[in-house]
Amino acid sequence: MPFEWVVALRFLREGRFQTALIIIGASAGVAVVIFITTLVTGLQANTIKRVLGAQAHIVITPREEVARPQLTPKPGEAVLPRIEARTQRLRSIDQWQALAQELERTPGITAVSPIVSGAGFALRGDANKAVNLIGVDPARHDRIVHVTEKLVAGRFVLQHGDVVIGKDLAADLGVTVGDRIRLLTAPQGTSVSDAYTITGLFDLGNRGTNKTSVFVAFRTAQNLLDLPGGASEIDLTVADLFGAEKLAVRLAAKTGLTVDSWMKTFEQLLAAINAQDITTGLIRFFVVVIVALGIASVLVVWVVQKRREIGILRAMGASRRKVQRVFLLQGAIVAVAGSAIGSLLSSTMLLVFLKVARNADGTALFELRLSPMLFALAALVALVVGLLAAAVPARSAARLDPAQAIRM
Amino acid sequence: MAERLLELEAVRKSYGIGTEVETKVLHGIDLTIDRGEFTALVGPSGSGKTTLLNLIGLLEPPTAGSYRLLGRETSTLPEQEITALRALSIGFVFQFHHLLPAFTAAENVLMPGLIANGPSTRKDRERAVALLGDVGLADRVDFLPRKLSGGQQQRVAIARSLSLAPPLVLADEPTGNLDTHSADEVFALMRRFNEQKGTAFLIVTHDPRLARRCDRIVQLIDGMIAGDRPNEAIATAADPTIA
Repeated sequence: MPFEWVVALRFLREGRFQTALIIIGASAGVAVVIFITTLVTGLQANTIKRVLGAQAHIVITPREEVARPQLTPKPGEAVLPRIEARTQRLRSIDQWQALAQELERTPGITAVSPIVSGAGFALRGDANKAVNLIGVDPARHDRIVHVTEKLVAGRFVLQHGDVVIGKDLAADLGVTVGDRIRLLTAPQGTSVSDAYTITGLFDLGNRGTNKTSVFVAFRTAQNLLDLPGGASEIDLTVADLFGAEKLAVRLAAKTGLTVDSWMKTFEQLLAAINAQDITTGLIRFFVVVIVALGIASVLVVWVVQKRREIGILRAMGASRRKVQRVFLLQGAIVAVAGSAIGSLLSSTMLLVFLKVARNADGTALFELRLSPMLFALAALVALVVGLLAAAVPARSAARLDPAQAIRM
Repeated sequence: MAERLLELEAVRKSYGIGTEVETKVLHGIDLTIDRGEFTALVGPSGSGKTTLLNLIGLLEPPTAGSYRLLGRETSTLPEQEITALRALSIGFVFQFHHLLPAFTAAENVLMPGLIANGPSTRKDRERAVALLGDVGLADRVDFLPRKLSGGQQQRVAIARSLSLAPPLVLADEPTGNLDTHSADEVFALMRRFNEQKGTAFLIVTHDPRLARRCDRIVQLIDGMIAGDRPNEAIATAADPTIA
């Protein structure tokens, strides 16, 4: 073993209590950082999954119609326009089929579902509920909202004349799978009404959605809403959740359509997630600082205690640089040992957490994923921090005047 | 004539230069030592013996004057080369043993080699053990310093100072803390290595009995060389200032 290793290891071994203390400190730091990061990441993923599970990540709709003043003032004239916002009709996305195909080829987009949606009523007997009619291709839409996973009865299959409704709406109307309800719409002032058979009941985990969302076949919706051959909306899922807004902006620029990402429509959720990120970031930062200070303070004391030995080593021909490396190495060894123990500790803590924190029904509260990247990153940070913490004591050790150090 | 080992010319040393408490310790030292010389450096406390030893040992630079070691002018050498030169040409024996407490006797002896030449080999270790055998500690090879008596520790220190076979060993009151018997043993050991290996020794001592057993006695008073004579002359003059 080279000189630096021999001396660094021996000093650490000789330091026993102090060594144990700073390794424990470093381990605790690494463990806390890994534990908190994994926990918060899991928590966020879970929150997003729950909130966005019944939502498209990106929704494409036609541009809103705007009223423009028709008069252009001549020179010397002034026009005082009063522009009233116009009502927004239900319109189809221009060239939606070509667009949908192109979107499917776009990297980063994992699912595409064209939709016809509009307002209507669900009727049964005297009951009369305002609903949101959604015409979809079930196979395509399943990849966005996962209705099939959330069915409480029946199947998510939509032939002409079929309808799939939420369990709360079913309760309101007093119906179940196999029953028939009437759907009423009033496009262009004329009313259209027909009877539909319920093939499935879903629970999307949101009472509002369960009460108002009504899935029908794509073509059925086109007829009901008088949008023949059209699609009023295209829903997308993306691979990179937090890149959704960027992608939305790009798509908007390319297509000239209104493109909204979940990051815009769920701004509050995003803000909450960001707040969590900042909080955990701060916690991690302070943990790292505290661990660094701990390692540094022990090493500083060490250098003072070992003045004489450093002097002897220098007298025996150890250069300043070698002495400096001895103490840097001690910092690094502490960091590596701390990373190893801390990783083990945090894995155990996470496993115990998964065992203990469970829903009433015994299923896991949420999913936690142990990321090797995170462990590697934590070890890297620990190493850098260990070296930085050792830098100051190492320098003061290297600067010791051997003649004076020996005289002590 | 013997080969010149080191040469000090008009060497001065002051501490706290530029402050109010500037202390001049050495005022113009001229001193030469040849290879294989066995010299005692004597003088009252505060006369600058340890400072002179540190200068010769390249542990600190002189304030003024020239110091040539093995024919090289040292005052202009960069730190790195000073360190390397010190490692290979000078061994140290300090008054308080100054072994590394965390390392065994053998490891202490191996340390200079480890620093200068990198990882110790089996051969290095055999040599270190042999050297410890030479100082009579064959059965204490793997003892930590605190398990050794003062005399034994000092013998380890001597073995360590010789481990890279330097041409010069500097000893600062090597027997200062030892009883007469141990002191005699340690002294005899240095004398033996001097005769067997031709290593030059410069020994700072307060003990006139030991000084008288050296070949040459250099006397330092108030930072100046007050006497530099072969042993016989001092012995016959019975100079009372030696003690």
